[in-house]
Order: sequence, then structure tokens, then C-alpha cells
Amino acid sequence: MSNDPAPLLVVRDLKTYFFLDEGTVRAVDGVDFAVHPGQVVGIVGESGCGKSVTVKSVMRLVQRPGRLVAGTIRFRPSSQSAQRWPLAPDGTLDLAALDPQGPIMRAIRGGEIALIPQEPMAAFSPVHTIGNQIVEAIRLHQDVDRQTAWEWGVERLAEVGIPSPAQRMRAYSWELSGGLRQRAMIAMALACGPRLLIADEPTTAIDVTTQAQILTLLRALQEQHNMAIIFITHDLGVIAQIADHVVVMYLGRVMEAGPVEEIFLRPQHPYTRALLRSIPSIHTPSRTLLPTIQGSIPHPFNRPAGCPFHPRCGDFVPGLCDRNTPEPVPVSPTQTVSCHLYTGELHGEPIPDRSSPA
Amino acid sequence: MDPGVFMARYIAQRLLLLPLLLFIFSIFAFVIIQAPPGDFLTAYIAELSASGSSMDQAQIEALRRLYGLDQPLHIQYLRWVGRILRGDLGFSLDWQRPNAELISERLLLTVLLGLFTFTFTWALAIPIGILSATRQYSFLDYFFTVFNYIGVATPTFMTALVLMWLAFKYLGISVTGLFSAEYVDAPWSWGRVVDLLKHIWLPAVILGMDGTARLARVMRANLLDELHKPYVEMARAKGLSEWRLVLKYPVRLALNPLVSTIGWYLPLLFSGSVIVATVLNLPTIGPMLLRALTNQDMFLAGAIVLIYCALAILGTLISDILLAWLDPRIRMEGS
Amino acid sequence: MSTPDPAPAHRPPTPRTSSTLPQEAEAFYVAPNWKLVWWRFKRHRLALVSAVLLGFIALVALVPDFFSTQDPHASSKTESFIPVQRLHLFDQGRFRPFVYGVVGQRNPRTLRMEWVIDPEVKIPVRFFARGYEYKILGLIPFDRHLIGVEFPGDEGKIHLLGTDRLGRDQWSRLMHGTQVSLSIGLVAVFLSIFLGILMGGISGYYGGVVDLVIQRLIEILQSLPPIPIWMALTAAMPRDWSVEQVYFAITVILSLIGWTTLGREVRGRFLSLREEDFVVAARLSGCSEMRIIFRHMLPAFMSHIIAASTLAIPVMIINETFLSFLGLGLRPPAISWGVLLQEAQNLQSIALAPWLLLPGLAVIVTVLALNILGDGLRDAADPYR
Repeated sequence: MSNDPAPLLVVRDLKTYFFLDEGTVRAVDGVDFAVHPGQVVGIVGESGCGKSVTVKSVMRLVQRPGRLVAGTIRFRPSSQSAQRWPLAPDGTLDLAALDPQGPIMRAIRGGEIALIPQEPMAAFSPVHTIGNQIVEAIRLHQDVDRQTAWEWGVERLAEVGIPSPAQRMRAYSWELSGGLRQRAMIAMALACGPRLLIADEPTTAIDVTTQAQILTLLRALQEQHNMAIIFITHDLGVIAQIADHVVVMYLGRVMEAGPVEEIFLRPQHPYTRALLRSIPSIHTPSRTLLPTIQGSIPHPFNRPAGCPFHPRCGDFVPGLCDRNTPEPVPVSPTQTVSCHLYTGELHGEPIPDRSSPA
Repeated sequence: MDPGVFMARYIAQRLLLLPLLLFIFSIFAFVIIQAPPGDFLTAYIAELSASGSSMDQAQIEALRRLYGLDQPLHIQYLRWVGRILRGDLGFSLDWQRPNAELISERLLLTVLLGLFTFTFTWALAIPIGILSATRQYSFLDYFFTVFNYIGVATPTFMTALVLMWLAFKYLGISVTGLFSAEYVDAPWSWGRVVDLLKHIWLPAVILGMDGTARLARVMRANLLDELHKPYVEMARAKGLSEWRLVLKYPVRLALNPLVSTIGWYLPLLFSGSVIVATVLNLPTIGPMLLRALTNQDMFLAGAIVLIYCALAILGTLISDILLAWLDPRIRMEGS
Repeated sequence: MSTPDPAPAHRPPTPRTSSTLPQEAEAFYVAPNWKLVWWRFKRHRLALVSAVLLGFIALVALVPDFFSTQDPHASSKTESFIPVQRLHLFDQGRFRPFVYGVVGQRNPRTLRMEWVIDPEVKIPVRFFARGYEYKILGLIPFDRHLIGVEFPGDEGKIHLLGTDRLGRDQWSRLMHGTQVSLSIGLVAVFLSIFLGILMGGISGYYGGVVDLVIQRLIEILQSLPPIPIWMALTAAMPRDWSVEQVYFAITVILSLIGWTTLGREVRGRFLSLREEDFVVAARLSGCSEMRIIFRHMLPAFMSHIIAASTLAIPVMIINETFLSFLGLGLRPPAISWGVLLQEAQNLQSIALAPWLLLPGLAVIVTVLALNILGDGLRDAADPYR
């Protein structure tokens, strides 16, 4: 699946900075990844690593004082109206070059790329009914009358498993439970049949049982509509459950990327390994301390030079890791790692994995 | 349940509170009438003797009985309330006319001026607030911030005095009153209405300046709070254009708390016009209150205070109902 | 549950391990609350300027006599409506402060004395000049004034803001009015704070029926139309009261209605703080209620109270000005900004002597500075609102 010759989305060297009075925060600092049609790409990382900013940059939703400063976002639109857009010869469009408020970008947002936000509670307006907001989403991208849009909305709500959908259309978001609210959000995102769905930690604010239902629902809908999903989370368990391909981020950079099996079974980057070690497992003997990653994420204004992970890395090579930023290198046909252990700047064999997770 | 039923019940609840509030305020107004040392008759007699004429003791006693001044306070209060409920607001010794007549003459103009100012204020303040918030830190934002600060800091009578002086010095006109000389005592006619419209804008601008500044500031702050809420980003992610989404979502939510300001702002306009009306010599009830208080014409003063209180209650009621109608969350709470 | 991943722009710097932090960031994390407020406040330039300006105004309020040029009560029928004599610092390029003299001519039609600036006469002026005697803070006898004529004498009177109907010097009256108006605002706000903290604190802390009663009381007071009520209450003051009695009564009347806003604020803070983890923790570790209120809760919203009070002072000042302007508040011989502006109440006076409006500038500047300072303090105390 991931070898599909025509990727849906290719992000290259994406840089999004926030220009504050106190200094510049390089929230996303040279991110590369690709999404193929029908693929679920999981972006994983700790809080503040730039996951959300990355996808907001893709949707061109970054607001002042943030700005997309470099990079390309090549997206392959599919809608009819795309014929009139200034596509490149290969049928893609560079979203980074578009006016974020312009008509093309607005047609893509919601129509081609849809978003499921983190907090379904706050993402619905409390003074408009759910139906009002779904109908608005439909009519923005489809030329249908209010009545038809309303009926479509009811169908969508039924599709995501909301009981008595016709009544729910007239309800306000705060009248629904957290799980139903997120389902309604998904229904709204799917209203116009997007090719790419961006789910920004959609299960963070929901309790665990509902979380599993939402994941199952998303996976089912993804297969049904053959859309691609970018799934953002800090929860490796969720990644294992839903993703085909994993992108591991740290401080605005991609540390490691590859198919989910390779990342979980053969992690190469010290950061990925550390992350995986810190997951409790049923094989861990009881009463043992769970390994943690030493230190903590640096202050946003105080990014380390060189590899951003070096102050916390067990394999830190003085004079190299704190000077040069490692570029991504392939370690297998499908897996890339940004680490000096693999760049060849360090002579000899990569340091063998000392404590591979079971 | 149907939203209409909620609304009806909510309004009914509010209306039930009205008599209680009016009762409290009537006590208040009565206290004001009673507050000055001595009673109004003493003041009246003093005035009479100052002007040369005098009354004998029997006449005074007769008057005291006539006005019930020989009765204990609570009886006086009940009689007063009873008269008011029958529509009798008492008689002004100062003007030598019934209070109801005096007030009703001026009430229309007072309310008209208040509503006119209110409309002008909202029509100006909301767009200013929206522009300043959506273009935060722009030239416009700074300009309006300066305007707002100065608007809030300037007492309305200062604005009135300065404008009056400027109009006199540079235009050679005296901008006092609400009517030209030929219409002051004329009966209502089309010409009088036109004449009123020609005069009412200046007091309205002066009265509304401070309110416009305050309201625009509140609108800006509310909107800034709302602009960064997730539902705004969600609306953007749906592909809504910036202006449409700002007007449909955050402006709508930022307006809700503003609606509740109607409750105090509208009555404030009615009553706050006292000072501007005094300076500009407007035929509203404000200057009449001032004159009544200065001349110790306390029944007139009490009646005017009561009217102001009633207007205040009315304002609060209107704003509560509007708010419940606009915000479904409040509607639910109220039920 | 881990925290969500907001855009860095909206995230305050949260404490991380100290080992990786630069020095100033370290200082930031261990600073007490008041220091954080001060750091944030310092960045608000305009508020800082306002604070300095208000410091100067407060100095005037403390020793108005030092800043006056003449006895504010001294009237002279023959010197009414003298126009503003502007202070010139340089005379032909050299620092030699002076004002131009005035000459009076009787208007043949109105028979009124009319004064015009006479550019032929220069009255030399000096700083820290000797003048009438007064007592600093009512204690220390002194006779120096900030500005005065170099050679005292009847010829050399200066009127930096002109004179009023009774020939009293407006500048000196303005200085004394500053003392009264500013102190009324301050005292009224202090009374309001006291009432507000007391009632709001009781209401927010005990809740239940007490809260309900106090809240209804606040609602009723707030739904009263303030200006007519103030007018009625002040008009009810006996005419024969002394200046001090009237002064005191007005502060009480102003604060009687003014406390409700502060009371609401305090109650809201109390309600939200009561549920805060640190208050619960203090209660669980056996702190007495008094200690919880004064050691834990009060410091947590002290800065808000200060900011809210700063914003309440200008309201009080303007209201006092309103009342005195209408003749219902302070009455002569008391001097306040409102009393001064009463002289400019009608078009005839203003047309004749526009400088009578100048005390209004003092009101505007003071209120402006207090509002900016209050906003600065509020932003510093509560940057996320």
C-alpha cells in the first residue's frame, strides 16, 4: 500500500516558526513525510514536539505570530473543481505556495482535507445546533439546497453510529456526551468526502472505552471511503492499533519514520527506542521501575544545537551530535532514521541495540 | 421540550420578580422623599415667608392634614403607594402643577434621547470592536484604543461644555435645547419632529461617546477571547472564509455578554443624561430632578426617582430576555 | 493524561528541570508572584509613564500649597476673569522664566473690566520663590513655592490658569482641588474595598443562604440607576453641614453603591479559589480557616483587587466631579475639581472666560492615567484573560 507510486501528500523540509517578543520558536524545523491514498500515518511524539503545528501547517491554519517559513506541501486534489486550479504537471498542488485565505485553499480545507480536532467540546460552537454546523460544512463544498444538506447530515450522523440522528441534528453540542460529540465531529469532517482526514489527538479528551470505539469507527470509515488519515497522538498504544506508517517527531524534527511493524520491532533511533522502553508491558516483571527518558524537553527558546535529542541521548557522541544536525538516512527500503549513528560520519558499525523491547 | 416553552417560562419567572423589585424601589424613593430634614411643607412655608406672604398656623395644620403629614411614616408610605397605584404622582408645589403631567411631558423626550443614543452607540461600537480585535495591533486598533481611553476618561459634561463652546465660538450658534425657538411650546407636528431630529444628534453624540468607548473596548476584549477558541479554528478548517466565520461564530458569542450590558446601559442613558441635559438645557426629566432636589420639591423628586427605577427594571428585563433568546445555554439553565 | 499540544505562542513557559535552563529562566521559575507581576508590568510602557505621572499628581495632592502661587481662597472683585498668563522659560535665548503682564480696560458698553495680555510688561518668575506662609501636611511651617514672582508685590501677581468670576487664582485652586478630588476618590475606593472584600468574602466563602442574600442585595443595588440615587442622597444632606461632614458623607454615598462591583469580583475569585488544589491541600493539612483565607487565598488574588481598585478610583473621581458640578456635592468654600468646573456651567461664562474649562483637563489626564495604570496592572496580574 505504501508503495503506491502516486502519494496523496508529500511534505518536504517544512518549517513553521513562531515569532514572539521573547524570541523565535522553531516549532516545526524541517519535517519530511508522505501520505499515500488509503494509508493511515501516525505522527507520534511528546507534547510540544510540533505534531499539531505540522498538520496545521499542512492545512494552512497557522495563525500569527506563527508563519510557514519554508518547505513544500505537495497535495494531489481529486475534486472536479481541481481542473481549474494551477496544478503542477504531475497533478499536484503546492499548498505552501497558496494564499491561506484564498479560494483554492478554502476549497481544499473541508472539501479535500478535513480535520478532527482535539477537543470536540470546544470545537463546536455552543450557540449553534450541530445540524446548523454540519449543513454549513456540506453547503460550503457541495452545491445543494438546505433541505438536501440537512438530509445528508442526518445520514452522516447515522453512519458514525449516533442513535436517533434526526433529533441530534437539532441538539447543541453541550447536550451530547463526549463520545457522541466526537462522533458528530467525525460526521462533520466526513460530510464532503475528503481524501485526507487529519485527526489531531482525537481520543485524548475521551475515556478509554469510548476511545477504543472511536478508533474502530475511524478505521472502518477509512476502509469504507478509502481515504487517508494522518493520526496524531502521544500514545504509542493507539499508534500500534491504528497506523500503517509511523513518523516519530522530537522538537520539530522527524527522528524516525517507517512502517508500523518496523518501528515497533526494529526501532533504530535512540529516541524511538527510549520511547518504546517506557511502555509498560505484561512481560515486565512486577515491582520494577519503568525506564524513563532522562532529562526533559528543553525550553522552546533554548533549542540544543545539532541533534535536538543529544542532551538526553544515551548514545551521545560529543563533538558530533551537539554540532551537526543529522539528515534522514534510509536504514531499510521503507525506514529512515535521522541519527549520526547511521549517517556514516561515525566510522564503523552502528552501536548495537542493547536493550531491545520484547 | 420545545424552546418556546422554555422561553415562556423564563419570561414568566422574570416577570414574577418585578413586583418585588418595584416594592423595594418604592421604599427607596419614599426614603428619599423623607430624607431631608423637615418636610416639604416646611420648605414651602419658608419659601413663602421669604417672598413676603405668610400663612397662619391653622392654614398650615390644614395643609398638613391634607397631605397626611400628621400620620406615622408607614401610613404615609402606604397612602403614597396607594395614590401612585391609582396613577396619582402628587402635586408639585414648585411648579404648581400635577407631577404626572410634568413628568409625562418630558418622559417621551427622555426615552427618545436614550434610545437614539443607544442605537448610535451600538451601531458605532460593535464595528469598532470587531475591527480592533480582528486587526489587533494595527494602526486602526491603536487609533481606537486611544479614542476609547480618552472617551472613557472625559466626563460627559466636559464634552458637552467644550462642544458647546466650540459651536458658539466658531459657528456662532448656541446648541442648547432640543427644539428651535418656534417649536419649543408648539404641539407635535411633522415640522416639530424634523426639528427634533435636527437637534437630538448632538446630545446623543455627547451622551454616547463614553458609552461607545466602553462598549467598543468590551467588544474588542470579548472577541479577542473568542478568536482563539477551537471552534474558530474548526470553522476555518471547514473552509469558511475569514469574514464569514468571524461574523458567524466569535462575533455571535462575543455579543452575548454585551447583550447583558443593555440591562445597565439603557437605564444609565435615561438617568445619566441628567448632567448633559442640564448643561445643554434639554427638556428631559433629568434637569427637572435636579431642580426638584435643589428646591426640595421632594414628591416630584421621589416620583422621578421611581420612574428611573422602573426604567432600570425594564432595561434589565429586556436584556435578560434577549440574552436567553440568544444563548441556548442560559435558556436551559433557567428551566 | 498528558497535556494537549497547543501552539507554542499561547503557552506560558512551564517549569522544566533546572539543570537545562539558562540563568534568567531559572530566576523566572523561582520568583514569587509579586515579582512576576512586576516584571510583566514593567513591559507595559504606557502604564509605567502613567504611574510616574500619578506619583507627581499625588505629590500635588499632598502639598498643594507648595505648588500654588497664591492663597486659593483670596478673592478680588477687581481681578475677575484675568486670562491665562503662559509661563515662558526662555527670554531671548537665555533661561530667564517670566510671564507677560496683563492690563485691564473697562468695556465702555458692558462696564465690565476686561483684561488683555500686555506683551510690553514681563514679570520675572523664579522657582522655589518665597510666598505666602503655609504648613506642610499641617505640621511644618514653610513659605517656599514651586513657582513665584521674583519680586513679591501687588503688581507682580501671576495667574498661570487665569482667574475666575471672583478673581481667585485658578492654578492655586486647581492644586487644592487636586487634593480634595483625589482623596475623595481614594477614600471612597478604600471604603468600597473594605465593604467589597467583607461582603464578597463572606458571600463566596460561606455560600448557601448567606451568599444568596448578599447576591440579591448586590443585584438590587446594581439595578438602581446610580446617578439619580447619588443626586437624591447628596441632596438629602443637611445644608448646614460643615465641609468636613459633607466630604465624609459624599465618600460614604459613593462607596455605598460602588462596592458591589468589587464585591462580585471578590466573590467570584473566592468561589474559584475554594476549589483550587492548593486550598484543598492546605485544608487537608489542617490549616485553620483564618490561615487559609489570609495566607493562601488572599495573596492569590491580591493583585486582582489592586488592579480592580485602581480602575475604580477614576469612576469615583468622575462621580464626585459630576455631583459637585451639579451643585449637589461639595459646595464652596470647599474646592474640588467639580466645584471648579461649576464656574463653567453655562455658555455665557465659557464664552467670556474659556480658561474656566481648563480644570477639566486635570480630570481627564488623571482619569486617563489611572485607567491606563489599572489596565496595565490587570494585564500584569492576569495575563491569560
